[in-house]
Parts: sequence; C-alpha cells; structure tokens
Amino acid sequence: MRAFEYHSPDSLEQTLTLLAGPGQAQPLAGGTDLLPQLREGRRPADRVIDLKRVPELNALTYDPARGLWVGAAVACYRLCHDPAVIQHYPGVVDGAHVIGAVQIQFRATVGGNLCNASPAADSIPALIVHTAVCHIAGPAGARTLPVEAFCVGPGRTALAPGEILVAVSVPPPAPHFGAHYLRFIPRNEMDIAVVGAAAAVTLAADGRSFVAARVALGAVAATPLLVPEAGAYLAGRPVTAETIAEAARLAQAAARPIDDVRGTAAFRRHLSAVLTRRALERAVERARA
Amino acid sequence: MTTADKPTEFKVLGSTPLRQDGVDKVTGRAQYGADIRLPGMLYGAVLRSPHAHARIKAIDTRAAEAYPGVRAVVTAQDLPELESKVADLGEGSMNLRYQSNNILARDKVLYFGHAVAAVAAVNAHAAEAAAALIQVEYEVLPPVLDVRQAMRPDAPILLAELRTDELGQKGEQPTNVAAHYLDEAGDLEQGFREADVVVEREFTTAMVHQGYIEPQNATALVTADGQVTIWCSTQGAFGVREQTAEILRLPVSKIRVIPMEIGGGFGGKIGVYLEPLAVLLSRKSGHRPVKLTMSRRDVLAATGPTSGSYIKVKMGANRAGQITAAQATLIYEAGAYPGSPVGSAMGVIFAPYRIPNARVEGYDVVVNKPRTAAYRAPGGTNAAFASETVVDELAEKLGLDPLAFRLQNGVQEGDRRVNGVAYKRIGLLEVLRAAQSSAHYQTPLAGPNRGRGVAAGYWGNYGGKSSASASVNADGTVSLQEGSVDIGGSRTALAMQLAETLGLPIEAVRAAVADTDAVGETEGTYGSRTTFATGWAVYEVGQQLKTQLCERAARLWNVAAEQVQYAAGVFTSGEQRLTFAELAAQLDRLGGPVVASAAVQPKTWGPGFAAHIVDVEVDPETGKVQVLRYTAVQDAGKAVYPNYVASQMQGGAAQGIGWALNEEYVYDAQGRLLNANWLDYRMLVTLDLPMLETVIVEVPNPGHPFGVRGVGEVPIVPPAAAVANALYRAVGVRMAELPMAPGRLVAALQARQG
Amino acid sequence: MSAMTHVQTTLNGEAVEFLCEPRQSLLEVLRETLGLTGAKEGCNNGNCGACNVLIDGALVNACLVLAVEVQGRTLTTIEGIAPPGGLHPLQRQFLEHAALQCGFCTPGFIVAAKALLDRTPRPSELEVRQWLAGNLCRCTGYDRIVRAVLAAAEEAQT
Repeated sequence: MRAFEYHSPDSLEQTLTLLAGPGQAQPLAGGTDLLPQLREGRRPADRVIDLKRVPELNALTYDPARGLWVGAAVACYRLCHDPAVIQHYPGVVDGAHVIGAVQIQFRATVGGNLCNASPAADSIPALIVHTAVCHIAGPAGARTLPVEAFCVGPGRTALAPGEILVAVSVPPPAPHFGAHYLRFIPRNEMDIAVVGAAAAVTLAADGRSFVAARVALGAVAATPLLVPEAGAYLAGRPVTAETIAEAARLAQAAARPIDDVRGTAAFRRHLSAVLTRRALERAVERARA
Repeated sequence: MTTADKPTEFKVLGSTPLRQDGVDKVTGRAQYGADIRLPGMLYGAVLRSPHAHARIKAIDTRAAEAYPGVRAVVTAQDLPELESKVADLGEGSMNLRYQSNNILARDKVLYFGHAVAAVAAVNAHAAEAAAALIQVEYEVLPPVLDVRQAMRPDAPILLAELRTDELGQKGEQPTNVAAHYLDEAGDLEQGFREADVVVEREFTTAMVHQGYIEPQNATALVTADGQVTIWCSTQGAFGVREQTAEILRLPVSKIRVIPMEIGGGFGGKIGVYLEPLAVLLSRKSGHRPVKLTMSRRDVLAATGPTSGSYIKVKMGANRAGQITAAQATLIYEAGAYPGSPVGSAMGVIFAPYRIPNARVEGYDVVVNKPRTAAYRAPGGTNAAFASETVVDELAEKLGLDPLAFRLQNGVQEGDRRVNGVAYKRIGLLEVLRAAQSSAHYQTPLAGPNRGRGVAAGYWGNYGGKSSASASVNADGTVSLQEGSVDIGGSRTALAMQLAETLGLPIEAVRAAVADTDAVGETEGTYGSRTTFATGWAVYEVGQQLKTQLCERAARLWNVAAEQVQYAAGVFTSGEQRLTFAELAAQLDRLGGPVVASAAVQPKTWGPGFAAHIVDVEVDPETGKVQVLRYTAVQDAGKAVYPNYVASQMQGGAAQGIGWALNEEYVYDAQGRLLNANWLDYRMLVTLDLPMLETVIVEVPNPGHPFGVRGVGEVPIVPPAAAVANALYRAVGVRMAELPMAPGRLVAALQARQG
Repeated sequence: MSAMTHVQTTLNGEAVEFLCEPRQSLLEVLRETLGLTGAKEGCNNGNCGACNVLIDGALVNACLVLAVEVQGRTLTTIEGIAPPGGLHPLQRQFLEHAALQCGFCTPGFIVAAKALLDRTPRPSELEVRQWLAGNLCRCTGYDRIVRAVLAAAEEAQT
C-alpha cells in the first residue's frame, strides 16, 4: 500500500479545506470499501481524511415533520438499531442492515455506500424509493441532489472535486406508506447482491389501490436504477397479483444487466422480476399494517 | 454409537478429555507460522504472473534492488536447474523439476498467479512496492482452460517435453495428457446385456480450493555455516525438509524444519511454495531471517486447489436390484503440471458396490490453472457426485429405496474392487444400516420443494511412516514427542493411545509435536493416517516403556523380569506391588532414565465408508437451496477421540455442501482468476448450515492394535451427491454440474418447463 | 518509511502507546509492533473475521481499521478476554464442546461471540448464527461453535 497522510478534522470547514489541498484526498468514514481499495491500489490517496469527528456527518435525527437525517459517517449498526428508524423506515433498514456482517455494520456507513457507488450497493435502491435527498457541501457552497442522481457510473458519483457528501435526508413517510428492499445472494450472508430490488408504495386508505409507487433495482445497470415506468403504471391501479406482476415485468424490461462473476445477465433479468414482485408484495403488507 | 463386533474395553480411548493444546488456542497464545518474529527479520513479497500462459523473455530486477530497504531479490536463476525426478509427496507425487518451476517460473508461466520473482526488505510495504518494480517481458500464449479442449490434437501445448504415460508406456507426441489409466473387471458388454435398467450421464465439476483460513507462510534463516532453519505452517515437517533439500540441492541434514501450529490444510499444505524462496532470500540477504506470507488472493490463485473434472458414468442393474455392470471415464485437471488425483478418484468411483463387470478409465490432463494439490479424499467428491447420482437414478427406476438398493449391492469382506483388490473387514453395511435406522431417516420430510437425498462414500485411507519417542518423568508422568503435525486434536488422540497402552489416565501423558531434528521421520498429517499410524508408533513406544519398567521393577525386587506383571498402572510380582508413579520416582537408583522410541510403517490401514442424509428446501424462483437437516454416518474403526471424530465428519460434510452449492474457480477467457477473494469464492457461513448430526459406527480395523481406521477424508466424499439427490427429490431435476449454483438450478428448471 | 504517528490507546485494560505509519492497519500494528498475535490475518479484506477485535465494545475487523484511528479508544483483543488467572466462559465452552480443530479462526469467533453476549446475554441459535456470519471456519461446519456460544451464555447466567 502507498504511503499517505492521515487527518482527523473536527469541523466541516476544516474537512473542506483538507479536501481542497493538492494531490488526491480520500474521505474515510467506515473504511470497509476504502481500505481494501487503497491496499489494492484501486484508489489513489495522498491524504486520508477521517470524518468520524465531524459533527454534521455524525448526526442521526428524526423529526415527524422533516423526516430522517442520516449523517454520511453514521455507521449502519447505529442507524439500524435506532428506534425511530426501525419504526418509521423499515425499508431503509432492509437495505442498510445487509451491508456486510456485523463486523462491517459497526464500521460501514450509508454515506460510504453511496460514495463507493457500486451498482450493487444495498442501501441505495431503498433510499431511491424513499425519495431520499443527498446533501452536499463544497467550495462553492451547499447543494442537494436526489439520491437516484448521485451515482453516475460504477465507482463514480456526481460529487465535484472538493465536494463531500454530508448527509442523506429521507422525507417522513406518508400515511399508508410501506417500503421493502430485498436482494438475492447465493449464501445467506457475506455476499454482494446478484440483484437487489426496492419498492415503496402509498396505498389508498382502504389499502386496495396504489396511490403512488416507486421501484428501484440494484446490480442490473451501471448505477442503482430507478424504474419510473413501474411506479407510473401502478399509480391509481388496484393492488392485485396481476398489477404487481406487470410492474415486475416493467422492472425486468428496464434492467440492463451484464454477465460477471456473480451472475449471468439472463439470471439477473429473471431475478429482477421475481425480486420486484416480492418487494412490492412486502411493501404492500407494510403499507396495510 | 453402534458397535458391530464385540467391544474391546478401553479406559482412555473413547473418552473426551480437553485437548492439550486447547488453552493456548482459545486465548490467542498458540503460535502459528505467521506469528513468528525473529531479531533482524526481513519481510518478503512475491511477484506473480498476470498471464495464464506466457513465455518469459526477460526479467529486469534492477529497480527493485535499488528500492530503499530492499535486501535481496531472487528469480529462477537463483534456483538450481533440476533433472526430472519423481518425488513422493504423500497423496500424490511430483516431478521435482516441475516442483522447482512451480516455486519460481523459469522459461514459461503456466497460470495466473505463477510466481516469477521474490523480494526481501525491511518491512512488508517496502517488499511489496519493490516487487511491483520488477519488469518482466512476456510473450503471451493462448491459454488452455478446459480438459477436453486440452486433449484436442490442435490444443496449445503447456509442457514441450510432456509425453503421455499410456498404461505404463511413454507416448511419442507432445501432449497435454500426462497419463491414461485403466481398471477392468469381468465382461462389461455381458454385464450391460444382463441389465434391465441402464443409466448413462455426463458430469462436469469446477476447480475448488481447500479454503483453510490460515494463508501459507514460511520463515527461514540460513546461517553463515550453511545451516538452514525453517519455521512454517505445514502438514508435514519432514516433507518440507525433503522438498526444500531437493529443490535447493542441499543435504537434508543441513535443514531443520520447525512446524508451527497450522491453521488448516486439508491436503493443501503438503507441497511447498514459499519455503525454498525464504531460504534463497535469507542466504542472499546476508543471513537474515526472512518471513514470507501469502495474501488470500495469492492463496486462491497460486496454491494448489483440487481438480475440476469431466466424468461420464454408465451403470446397469437387473430387475432383482443387482448392479450388473458399470463404466466410467474420468478426466481430471492436473493444473499446470501433471499430478491430478484421477488415480484415487478411479478407486473411489464404484468402491461401495459389488460390480462383476466394470471398466474405469482415467486421464490426467494439464491446463493453465494452478498445479492441483490434495484436497481431503483427493478426487473422491467429483467421482462420487457422478456415480452416486447414477446409483440414485437406478434405484428410482427400479422403484427401490435408495439405501436399501445400496445395501443390496454393498461390499463386505472378501468382495473385490474393480482393480481386483479384495476388501478385508470393512463397515459399509453397518454404516448403511445405521443410516436407515437413524432418527433423521426415520422422520418423514414434508412440504413443497423439499427433498431428501442420500449418498455413500469410500476412502481408502493410508498408513505411512511415523515415529515417536517418550520419556518417563520422576513424578510418574510421561512426555511424548511425536512427528505428526496437529491440525485437529491429534496430539491429544496420540497421548490418549499412549495412556491407554500404559494403563495411565490421560492427565499423566503430555504430547508435543517435534521438529525434524527431534524425532524420527514421520510423514505428514494427511491420508487419514495420523491417529492410525502415529498412534501405532505411540503404542509401540508404550509397549517398550512397559518392558523396560518391568525390568526396573525386577531389579528392585530382585526377581526375573518375566516374573513382573503390569496392568492398569500397577507393577506386581507375587506379593510385591508398585504403582507406575512409585516406580518412576525410583528410576535414578534403578539404572537411570527410561526412554523409548519407535518407528513404524504399517500397511494394514482399513478403508472407511460413510453414508450421508440431507434434507433441502429449494426456492424454485431463485434457485436458492437451504439445507434443512444433515446427518453423517461413518465407520471410524475405533473412535479414539469421539468429539473430534464427529468434528471431522461435520467439517467434511460442510466443505462438501459448499462444493455442492457454491464454490468454484471462475476464470475469464484469458485465464485470469476472477474470484480470488472470499466475497466471491463463496464458502459456507454460519447461516448456511443447520446443526450437523453424526452417527459414529465402530467396526474395528483388524490391522491396528486399537482397531483404528482413518476418519478425516471420507466425510467429504458423499455430500455433493447427497445434495444433488435431494434436489432431485425436491424439484425434479438431476443436476450434472458442480456447483449446483442458483443460476444453474433456475436454468435447469426452466429447461424442464421448456 | 514515511512519517510515524504517535498513538495512545487503552489496550486490554492497560495504557499503551505506539508509533505507526498512517497506512498501517490496526491488525498489522497489533501483530508486528505490539506482539499481540492472537488476532489472525485470514484474508486482510474483511471477509473472514479472524482478526476481530473490539473498539469501545464495537466488533470490528482489525484489518479494516487504520491503527491511527484508535487514538484515545479502548481496545479489547483475544489476549484480554480472560479474567486474571482463568478463562472466560466462552473460552471454557469452546474447549468443552470441541468447538475448534485447527484453532486459527478461534480467537476471532470468541471475540465476536463476546460482543454478542455483551449485548444479548441469552441469544437464540439463529441470533448466534446471524451474529457470527462474518466469521469463517473451515474445519468444524460451525455446529460445535454455535453450541459452545449457547452454552457459554447459559453458564454466564448461572
């Protein structure tokens, strides 16, 4: 591993100053992706900037009016064991708690999962269907971006040089809202998703029809993929096996998977429909509960 | 526990003392190979080939040598050039020139990860950075990655001098087929004419790795007088000594190998990879100790996994349920150099059955993948996957219970194998009956997409050379030095055999693993041989100690030695009586210390048989398979240390289930290994398995003082077939490819639906 | 060798200081600098759990932590699990249940299991399997390990 400097700033301002310096700077949150990448020479670093002492990046708050605020350096274990998150955002927990085994959970962060920008990232499809927003700080000031626009390619994000992801916010769930994320892996742990699928639905008060829906897939395209046509199809339609199957078919049609060591394109296309259907069914159950 | 023959009364054997190395291993104090730190120690790094097949045109090491902190750089030019000579490595043999070329490639690299050069520096980071500066000029050649492709006349040739060993005759043409073997019995065509049902199937299995958690490591120190000391994690210290001596052209007396604790081997830590490099680097760096450790990536890419294979099986049976004929062709990947386990696979494939007419052919074929090494019952899992699924299909077509069909055709004492060798007393029928009456088999399985499979397995086991010595301490205890590395409790199983022999409690005997200067030659811990053969050496040591101690008692009592009896820890002669401890306390005035040593090479090892039962549930939409229940039944001869016998059965079953469902080497078309890490080389985790039930059957091996048979290997033979048979019962498709990964299972289900 | 950083930490109850390079992992420093070789390197990639240690009670893979990150933190390694002069119930039950063969993964399993029992004193079999899913063992098939953890939980209650 190449030698680098280590910095542990305690303010966002100081962090931005360090990021703006000469050479390559790499923010360190949990490090569960960064350290192996540094070790294998896959990410260059002259400076590693530890984010664990920056207050804004370590905040985790829930407010019924404004929703959930997840600092980019909040570890998955903390997020997934927060009572408010468990109660109001089980779909977010679905995605975040399957990122690695417990040793990884204590370190890995949702912010890191976003910034690593893996097409198979587990937390991102769930955040997309929750209409989550990325909060970005940089030399030119602060800006926001819908989560689905954050990843622009494998390992690449919309962050400009010197910018940093500060937090992800998730709006408060509407009445009769339910969401679910699930993935297929060959083992029961320690695997990267072959395909992941997230669904969020808002049902009519009687629970019999869709008011709105969002579907997103992981590991079937260069980035986690929002499938707007599936949500648009379901809106206003009754909750039936047929409508759910059609939405799953639309998701499958939107998938653009490749063959790789984790699965073939054909298997991934097949799983896209199966997992979308299962995600929608569980989201409906949650919305009705 | 089932005991078939009249049980022998044992006091220590069959009990469950805590293992003697246990406290060190649960407190982190046990010293494994990579834990060693020596004054002035340097750290090594190895440069490996990015190509699967290429000619090395030039190597420029100047930049590496100039890198700050570097003390030595070596390439194949630093190794003596060796003549072809075949060395026995236990569980396989190897041409020493190939072995040398596998340590460092000389003219050609033959697989992705093949070692090309090595560096020693003051720390691991400097060594790694320097290794990356070595310039290698390659002429890239087309790789051969599949055995059937490698056998084609127009296939690229890996080894220019290789000629086929055709049933003992050397061929004349360059080839990738290293050997062709054949076993025959009876009249095959007649046998198939007598069959009412014939099943013929083709199978392929992927290359898989042993997956020991501890990476290979070696530390060496060469002193100014040329004496070499090697600390390493190995299954056999004497094997490391011999291989290192041959590769480096040193007398074995110049080399001392100190075996550290070892973090798993399963056959993969018999051959050397790093030890000769560490010696070269120590010598070249001015006699500083050098430590080399592999990364997980290196372990997967460049140590010996076991062969992928292509197997064709045809079997026939008559309506009475008797197997009349069986035929098999087995083609095994050797990897880059000859030496696949196809020979032992041929021995496994029809071993559990009486088959009057049979023909078994085997081919050992080189391909551009790492040179294969032994992996627990080498070759057996692939072979049994093929034959035991065909046996299952025969039973189904005949409308017979799969265990009853196996019982009807199962071998017993006097029956002959396809190669003509007759079995002595074996326990297959007892194992099959125990499986039938097990709680698992007696409990019906219900529910959609669920199925139960069974399979039988055989492993021949082994004897080999073993040595031990012991000394009697004045406090009445005995110190045992033995030559077998302890990978899973064998130290304690050996101490138990000495305690049993001496009529002492286990607490009175303490065992230690000795280095190559401290004990007689002992083969490695492989071939399911340690409790059997080293146990026998220990038994001989105990007998000698008893004889000597009777003589000392006779001297004390002034009687003839024959007049002294010894039983259950007490010496007697007439009215005279003395405990072991009382006599031990007086040895100083009865002639001094009492020590004994023994070396054995027993040939009377007894084969082991197993039957496994598995229940699975399949998600037909995703192809995911969950193992619901698993039972392993096995004949242990005498289970010396039953907890650890059961643990061997569980561990072998778990490896076999992983092999069945998930594990495989994935190469791209250029021969680059795509999954050289534990995220994508998928070994089972806690959540993938249920509790693993075990039934130990004891049919004593008449060829051992305590009736011991080897137990370590046979439990990996049946699992893949048992899972395949269970999948068939669950969802109705017969899988012919390992691993039976979810994508493949979904494809098979879709193909069936059309 | 680049510039060294001075780190102060509490390790197994004692104040410890060391110098390290920023690029050195906690695992490398524990093993090579501090001589604590109970945490093992199995994969150096966060996939096997053999290097498990506790940082302020949180279970982590020491291979995925920079040594400089532990400034001011409290570390527990396998060497610090046992009470003075004895064994922790997990260590005792691993021996009683023959929950190890080669023993290489054992320190990681025991540290991980301690982190579980510290939070969930009476876990179910499923909870044990879920918590230990990041620890690989290739020898045992996990059966005896799971039983040992359940037995240690029981022992700690009585």
